[in-house]
Amino acid sequence: MNRYSDLEFLRLSKRQKFLYKLTSFFASIPRAIANFFLAIGRFFKNVGVGIGKEFADLFLTFKNGDWKTKTSYLVMGFGSIARGQVLRGLLFLLMEVVFIFYMITAGGHWMSMLPSLGKVGPHEEYDEILDLYTTTYGDNSFKILLYGVLTIFFIIAFIYTWRLNVKQNKIAEEYLKAGKRLKSGKDDLRSLVDESFYKTLLALPLTGILVFTVMPIVFMILVAFTNYDGAHNGYTNALFSWQGLANFRTLLTWSGSGVNYSATFGEILTWTLIWAFFATFTNYFLGMFVAMMINKKGIRLKKLWRTVLVMTIAIPQFISLLYVSKMFAKNGIVNEVLLNLGWIKHAIDFWGSTAHGGLLPRVMVIGINIWIGIPYLMLIATGILMNIPADLYESSRIDGANAWQQYTKITLPYMLFITGPYLLTSFTSNMNNFNVIYLLTGGAPTNAAASGAAGSVGFTDLLITWLFKITTGAEAQYYLASVVGIMVFVVVAAITLVVYNVLPSIKNEEDFQ
Amino acid sequence: MNETLEKRSMGLRASRAISNTIIYILLVLISVIWLIPFVCIVLQSFRVESTHMARYIIPHEWGWDNYVKLWNSDFKRWYLNTFVIALVVAVLQTVIVLCMSYTLSRFRFKMRDGLMRFMLILGLFPGMLTMIILYRVLKDLGLTQANAVPGLILVYIASSGMGYYVSKGFFDTLPKSLDEAARVDGATRAQVLTKIILPLAKPIVIYTILTAFMGPWGDFVFAKYVSFGTSAGMNVAVGMYGWLQLDQIGQRYTMFCAGGVIVAIPVTILFMCLQKYYVEGVTGGAVKG
Repeated sequence: MNRYSDLEFLRLSKRQKFLYKLTSFFASIPRAIANFFLAIGRFFKNVGVGIGKEFADLFLTFKNGDWKTKTSYLVMGFGSIARGQVLRGLLFLLMEVVFIFYMITAGGHWMSMLPSLGKVGPHEEYDEILDLYTTTYGDNSFKILLYGVLTIFFIIAFIYTWRLNVKQNKIAEEYLKAGKRLKSGKDDLRSLVDESFYKTLLALPLTGILVFTVMPIVFMILVAFTNYDGAHNGYTNALFSWQGLANFRTLLTWSGSGVNYSATFGEILTWTLIWAFFATFTNYFLGMFVAMMINKKGIRLKKLWRTVLVMTIAIPQFISLLYVSKMFAKNGIVNEVLLNLGWIKHAIDFWGSTAHGGLLPRVMVIGINIWIGIPYLMLIATGILMNIPADLYESSRIDGANAWQQYTKITLPYMLFITGPYLLTSFTSNMNNFNVIYLLTGGAPTNAAASGAAGSVGFTDLLITWLFKITTGAEAQYYLASVVGIMVFVVVAAITLVVYNVLPSIKNEEDFQ
Repeated sequence: MNETLEKRSMGLRASRAISNTIIYILLVLISVIWLIPFVCIVLQSFRVESTHMARYIIPHEWGWDNYVKLWNSDFKRWYLNTFVIALVVAVLQTVIVLCMSYTLSRFRFKMRDGLMRFMLILGLFPGMLTMIILYRVLKDLGLTQANAVPGLILVYIASSGMGYYVSKGFFDTLPKSLDEAARVDGATRAQVLTKIILPLAKPIVIYTILTAFMGPWGDFVFAKYVSFGTSAGMNVAVGMYGWLQLDQIGQRYTMFCAGGVIVAIPVTILFMCLQKYYVEGVTGGAVKG
């Protein structure tokens, strides 16, 4: 396609402009994807170069350093203590002592078991005193994997600290050579509430994220490469072990007959994307519509209308969703009212109808999601609509624009531009919208065609509720759940990356300040 | 000439009146649709003559029976659990979120961009995935089933640093010159935060407390996992979910409605009082992404 300059673009007709925008959007997608891979390449190159530099620096520091520095390579913190920075030195030394102690008492054991995930499973052993066979439990694969991961984290932290310790020596030597005073322990402590205040502030939140988010994610990614499930729970019935890429192969390769994971996965993924699309955009446009109605000049009781909607946000979702799902039950109030009015002859099975690929329950969850979502969107849209300069509307009205033209030419572009990133996050969070689906339908009605491979699957099941289903019960397939989770991540990340590279409103964050 | 103008303005007024009438009708309709479920819940919570799902809304006999039954059931325990969780989480989560967002808004340090990108990527993983392991870890620590409350608090606050976006957006709008002026006057970074920024950040602090307090009332999945069938460790959502399952719905349906009312009242009152701050936070958050 040919690119137009700004001036040429302005000369185009409306239709041409639209076509041009559309084609340039799609034309930019391959570039965005290519950029993504280039960025990954750059990242690895930078990492490689960085590691090389680190080693060179380590070598040079050792060669040029004095005996205090050289000793610090073995005894961490020695140089710092010898040069009077006692507090820093002691902390380094403490880290080394703790690390060595841990590795000898526990870490070494976990690391040695990690490649096999346990050698001795539960087995029957003859008990001479009782004269019968009793089960003896051996290794615990789950613990081996968990503590193995923790140990690896600890080793990385240790290497980082060791590197820091060497760097400290180099800096201290340079300072002394230049005749400058070294920072004392007191200075260090004071800097924690001043220049380095960010370290103090971040210490707690980041520790929490590391232990309760990063570590579990690493663990679960590793589980995807094992056969951890209800029958191999790693301790009481059987050990689990590494399986390589076998699980990914099962999920992604098409097997024509019998147990067919890829078909199930494809079916649920499709519905998840359809759901996310409709859940996001119906809420978005209807919410905007409601906000515009309330904001319209001459409409009274604005506060009342808003309050009615906002009040529904406060009520916990499990109450409203569970109640609404019962209202639409086959023997629920809605059916009763419709029957009494004579509009229908038989009660409608809102949640159980499997006709047309579960169309009715699928439309229902999207519809009720509108009920849940409009108040939020109304709030957001109200805030933004009020920021649109009123003279824009004023001048367009003088130029003879009608309401629809004002909407498509002013309101909508403005909204889309400002809420672009919000639309993206709300799309991805809708993909993972567990509560609405689980509390309304629990995934029902059962999709007979897709079920079987991994338990029963419903027409309204999203990937996330499917994931939940396969992690509960005695036949839990944790490894499969991990694979599905990773696939969800891949899909979400791909969408995010592409959209972010194409979105016009990527704002430079410094502009705000 | 004058006449035509007058006619046109009359026509305009008429068409505006029509469109306004349509809008009023729609708004009333919307209000009714949005309120009906809640009105039904309240009405059915006073139904005495039967406890199962009924095909009518207005009770034949009114009374407080369902509320009395609530008082004599495990509901008290669940309510207390949830309340304690919500209170502790509201305080601690606010502290953590403020630390995180203030730092990322005001400091420029070496790892900052990498850190933010890393957390963005972490956020793309489905949180559900980590439940299995968090459950096992809590179990090893003895913080599940009857002791689920401290376990849940731990998990809720531990990862709350990831939700810094809205309040970082707020801090970004406070002019940096404030900080600089205070620094010139000899204030440390810590003093700038406590003396200058925090008093200005009242709206976002209240917003964070409010959302943190409301979160635990609705949490369902993880709480279900952790309490694992032990009534003493359940929160209201998990406990009341059980009441609507096939084996209990016949006896507990009206109790569910009464429980819903009891749960919704305090949260709603709090929310309506602090509505202003919530609206500011939500709109600000959406605009700044």
